[in-house]
This record gives sequence, structure tokens and C-alpha cells, in this order.
Amino acid sequence: MTKPIPDSVDAALALLSSGAYVADRSLATALFLSLKLGRPLFLEGEAGVGKTEIARVLSQTLDRDLIRLQCYEGLDVSSAVYEWNYAQQMVEIRMSEALGDQDRDTLERGIFSDRFLIRRPLLQALEPSANGPPVLLIDELDRTDEPFEAFLLEVLADFQITIPEIGTITAKEPPLVVITSNRTREIHDAIKRRCFYYWVDYPDAARELEILAVKAPDVPAALSAQVVAFIQKLRQEDLFKLPGVAETIDWAHALTQLDCMALDPDTINNTLGTLLKYQDDIAKIRGSEASRLLSEVQTELAIAGAA
Amino acid sequence: MTAQAPGDSGGRLPENIMHFGRVLRAAGLPVGPGTVLEAIRAVAAVGIGNRTDFYWALHAVFVNRRDQRELFDQAFHIFWRNPRILERMMSLMLPQLQSDADEQQADDIATRIAQALAADQNKDQVEEKAAEELEFDSAMTWSQSEVLRQKDFEKMTTEEVDAARLAMRRLKLPILAMPTRRYRPDKSGARADMRASLRAALRTGGDIIPLKFRKRQTRNPPLIVLCDISGSMERYSRMLLHFLHAVTSDRDRVHTFLFGTRLTNVTRYLRYKDIDVALAKIADEVEDWSGGTRIGHCLHTFNSDWSRRVLSQGAVVLLITDGLDRDAGAGLRIETDRLHRSCRRLIWLNPLLRYDGFEPKSQGIRALLPYVDDFRPVHNLESLMHLTDILSAPGLRRHPGMSKWLEAAA
Repeated sequence: MTKPIPDSVDAALALLSSGAYVADRSLATALFLSLKLGRPLFLEGEAGVGKTEIARVLSQTLDRDLIRLQCYEGLDVSSAVYEWNYAQQMVEIRMSEALGDQDRDTLERGIFSDRFLIRRPLLQALEPSANGPPVLLIDELDRTDEPFEAFLLEVLADFQITIPEIGTITAKEPPLVVITSNRTREIHDAIKRRCFYYWVDYPDAARELEILAVKAPDVPAALSAQVVAFIQKLRQEDLFKLPGVAETIDWAHALTQLDCMALDPDTINNTLGTLLKYQDDIAKIRGSEASRLLSEVQTELAIAGAA
Repeated sequence: MTAQAPGDSGGRLPENIMHFGRVLRAAGLPVGPGTVLEAIRAVAAVGIGNRTDFYWALHAVFVNRRDQRELFDQAFHIFWRNPRILERMMSLMLPQLQSDADEQQADDIATRIAQALAADQNKDQVEEKAAEELEFDSAMTWSQSEVLRQKDFEKMTTEEVDAARLAMRRLKLPILAMPTRRYRPDKSGARADMRASLRAALRTGGDIIPLKFRKRQTRNPPLIVLCDISGSMERYSRMLLHFLHAVTSDRDRVHTFLFGTRLTNVTRYLRYKDIDVALAKIADEVEDWSGGTRIGHCLHTFNSDWSRRVLSQGAVVLLITDGLDRDAGAGLRIETDRLHRSCRRLIWLNPLLRYDGFEPKSQGIRALLPYVDDFRPVHNLESLMHLTDILSAPGLRRHPGMSKWLEAAA
């Protein structure tokens, strides 16, 4: 029995929050449309804002299999779609030779048949599954190259794959496709046109606090407030790589492990490595800059507390 | 679901969505009939009870790049607020005319939508519109804070220059091709192509399996050109644009940036087949022609805004500048270091090298030198042709000749 897909934006929002994903209504709208109209959801955004997580939550809450295709430069059909099992095929040829009972056509049909097909993620996603159509996550599409993108067009438009020796395989029920991109290059419009697009932004302070409450419930509330306020300040700075939500959660966990109840300059300096991943950025923030941001945060929180 | 289905419940809504799509298209978004149909379906799926949902449903369909968000946002709020769009928009825009310089971009966008909407207006409003168009003009005549000059390319024509340009256009830039993870059938390949072998075997009935081979494909890495267009580089950068145009149309994955006091991405313009069109577009776009140079500042912009987008696949970077920096090398060291670490090779082309007695004395040059992998002249056709040899030769990342320059700069 497959779980039904949500039938309204509110249901989509509820689905995400039942999977411990704090989402904006805008994201829920895009997700709902993609589920309802059977088109891929194209998520773009900086690293660490929770793009991949959406697919994971979707598969969990809907009880579907998650099939993940990690993209890289030079990704080709034999590692993304299918491959023939050559060793077995050769054994088969040898066997039929020994028996001497098959003509050429039968042999050819036998060799290039389902039995010898090794299924890679894209083909797996088109096959029927007991849990209903799976969630297909095509992760970091920007890492692959244009030829593979062009190949994806057929898959995404009609949910079918053509294997020359067998024919065209079409999905009876299309999978739920989530594509993510870090935008290290622009994905071709032809792909985007077939998807619902959503830019996943850094969350605002209130949203980030909610996320922290869900993802790191053992962090004291006062510390969470400071952490979020500090990171929101940090995102205003001119840094090479801004900290994402993933970094916020990591940092909050790290501070809890260190039994830290409130931020102080020393702790910030010592744990800055969980937030910033470039030496230049760390050098820029460490020390006086961190103290300045912290005192700003403390003042603002004090004012908010007094009000 | 068919395209007609939503129309049953929507009344005039599908029509309005179509008009909205046309406004977006006129404002520059790539909106086709298919997109509009998709939007109608999306709205039908989401329902029109909630303005936020309606907004994001249309957003999910019409927007497919981050930079289109602003345009969409403004168009949405203008279009779906009031049927008598133009008047309302005027009242929206007028206060902005007196606003800060920060708002200029928003004004520009609003102006684009204003023009898109104006083209769509009913005829009975034409007169009214004509009267108010003056207001739009005033929004567009924003005075630039920098003194930036428009340049005419036609003033540089002499016969020699023409001949040189022609030669330049024929130049190819064979950057050393790098192996990829893809293969293609090749008789002299080193690896067995099992799939082709088995198919060939079946053709003969499976008695023998003739081995077929395949070979690793190679591909040119991306090429990024950062070209200085300041006053001191003027003569060279103009000539080099011809060269860059030839390179851009010769191969894929070439990105060109021009910089003086600010960085401009001109890749799109160089893709015009006709060089004159391309140069005219660039002249319109680039505003800091023949001004000063702020290399550090421009490299910083490149590093933070572009490097992750264009340097991701092992790019080779050509930095064309004389290294004479108005900011006296401020911040240059850090930024060049970052650039050098993000690319496969950083090659510096400097026209000043044409002087035999050139010595790396200026602060800008001394800041750049430790981080470049090769240092070459670029002042005549010969040096450009020589460049093709450097780029296509396999070898160490850092050219051995660099040590001489590093000593001189130390």
C-alpha cells in the first residue's frame, strides 16, 4: 500500500514538518506542484541549505525508496543508467556453444535480455517498486557535463530510457524526481523548463531558530538564540563561503558538546572551523571581528529580552 | 490532465495568466506558450484561495534562474494588484524617483516591466501613456557617479591593424586536452570495449569474440580570460578582443571578463558571430574603458562572484594585464593567491615584457608574480602565436622560466 501524495499546499507543508524539515510555504508550494503534476523539482542554492535533505525527507515520510544519483564530471550511461554483465554474457555464449542447440537469433535475444542487465540508478527509478514510485535524487547536477544533461532530457520529459538492444523502457508510474544544483555553472534552460524551480535561500533568524529547535533539541534555548543571531550577522560579512544551515546545526552541536552555555569570544575562536571552511575567512573573523559581532549580538538580544 | 481542464473553473483567470506570461516575456523572461499552459495547470492544482500560494505557484513555473526573481516579483505585484495597471504603477514608481542610489537597480527593473506593460496597454490609454512616458524617461537618465566613457572602436583602423586582426581571427588556441572519464570506440585504443565485442560476436554466431577497443576521450579544459582594459592597456586590449572573439567562437567553455575599475562579464557578447556586432555590444556594456585599474578589487569580485561558477572544472586562466595598479597592489596578493589555487594554471600575459630591460619593479607586478604559473609577453602577433605553443605543451604546472622572474622580483 503506497502512501498518497499530499493533495494541497498545507498537506505538503505538514508532510515536510512531519519529517522534521522546517520549510517555507513557498517551498511547500513548489514541492506540492511537483508531486501533483508529476514533474521534477529543481532545487538550487548554496551548499548546506538543505537541498538534498528534502529528497531524503520525502522518501521517509512517503515511505518510498530513495534512489540517489551523485553527479560528477564525465558521468556516463554505463554508470548512471545501465550496463551489460559481460562476464555472464560470455559464459552464456560459451554454454550455448557447448550445447550447440541454439540458432543465432535466439542466442542474441538471450544474451541481450533482462537477465544480463545491470541496473544503475536512473533505470532503477523507472522500475515498478512495491512501495510505489521511488524518490529519485539527482544530486549536484552542476558537477556533470552538458552531454549528460542532454541525455537526462529524455528521462525527465517522458520518464523513459531507450536501450538499443532491448527497446524503450517506460515507467508505469513516474518517480518523484528531485534535482539539486549548487550553481557552480548554469544548467541548461531545456532541463529547467521541464521542472519546477525553487531557489533555496538561507533562512531568516526566526526560521533558523525553528530549524535548530527541531534538529538540535538538546541545545539550550538561550544558546540557540545566540548561535542563530551570530550566524545571521556572519552572513552579512564579506566572506568567501558563508555558513549554511548545516554549519549552524553542527556548530550548535559542537558547542553543546563543549558544555558551553553562552557564547564567549574564546569559544568562538576555537570552534570557528566548524562554521567557516576557508582559511582566509577564518583569519578575517577570528579575534576582534568575532568579539565585535558577539557584542552586537549580545546587545540586540538584551534589548529584545527587555522589550 | 489536459490543458483545457483548468479553464472550466477558472473563468477569465487562464486568460489573465496568459497576459501575465506575455508581460514577463516582454520584460525578458524566457516564457513560451508551453510555460503558460504549465502555469495555468499549476494554478489549478494549487487553487486561488491564497495569494501566497498563487504567487509561489507562478514563481515555480515562470522563474528558472535566481536573477529572475526580482523581475518576477515586481511584475507580479504590479500585474495582479489592479486591472488599471499603468496608473497604479506610476504611483508606485514616482516615489522611487526621489530615492537613494541603492534603489537604482530596482528602478531599472521596474522600468523594464513598465515598458513591457506599456506595450501591452489598450489603445484607449495610449494618449494618457504618452503624457506620462516623460516620467519613465526621467527614471532612466540616472547620472552615473563614476565618470565613464563610451568608446568608439572605429577610430583605430589602419591597414596594418586590419591585417593583424585578420590574422588574429584565424588563430586557434589548442589548450592541452585533458582526459575525461568517457570513452569512444577506437581501433588503437588501450581498453577492450566489451559491449561492442559481444555484439560483434553475435553477428558471427558466437563462435569467436573479436575484441573491439575503446579509448579515453579528451576534452579541452575551460578557458577563462581576464583582460585589463585600462588606459595603459588600451592599444592591446582592443586588439586582443579580436583574438578573444576568435577563441570564443572556436571552442566551448570560454569565459571572458574585462576589468578596469570594475569587472564585466562579456562572454555573452563575444558569442555573436559577427565581430562588429560583438564589439559594439561590448562597447555599450563596458563602462570603465580606458580608465584606471583596480586589479585587486576586480579579482576580488571575480573570486567571490564568478570563480565558483566558471572555474569548477579545472579551468586555465589567462590574466592579461600590465600589472600597473591604481591601488598600488592593495589586496592583490591575497586575491591572486586565491585565484591561483582555484584553477589548473594561471598564465599572465603582460605587454610590458616587450621591453628587453623590463624589471618587475611596480608593486602590482611584484604582488602578482609569486602566484602565476607562467609569465609571457603579449604585444604582437608573434607572441600570440607563441602562446598557442605554451598552452598546448604538456609539462609542469609552473613553467621553469618563472624562477628568473621570481628572483628579479624578490
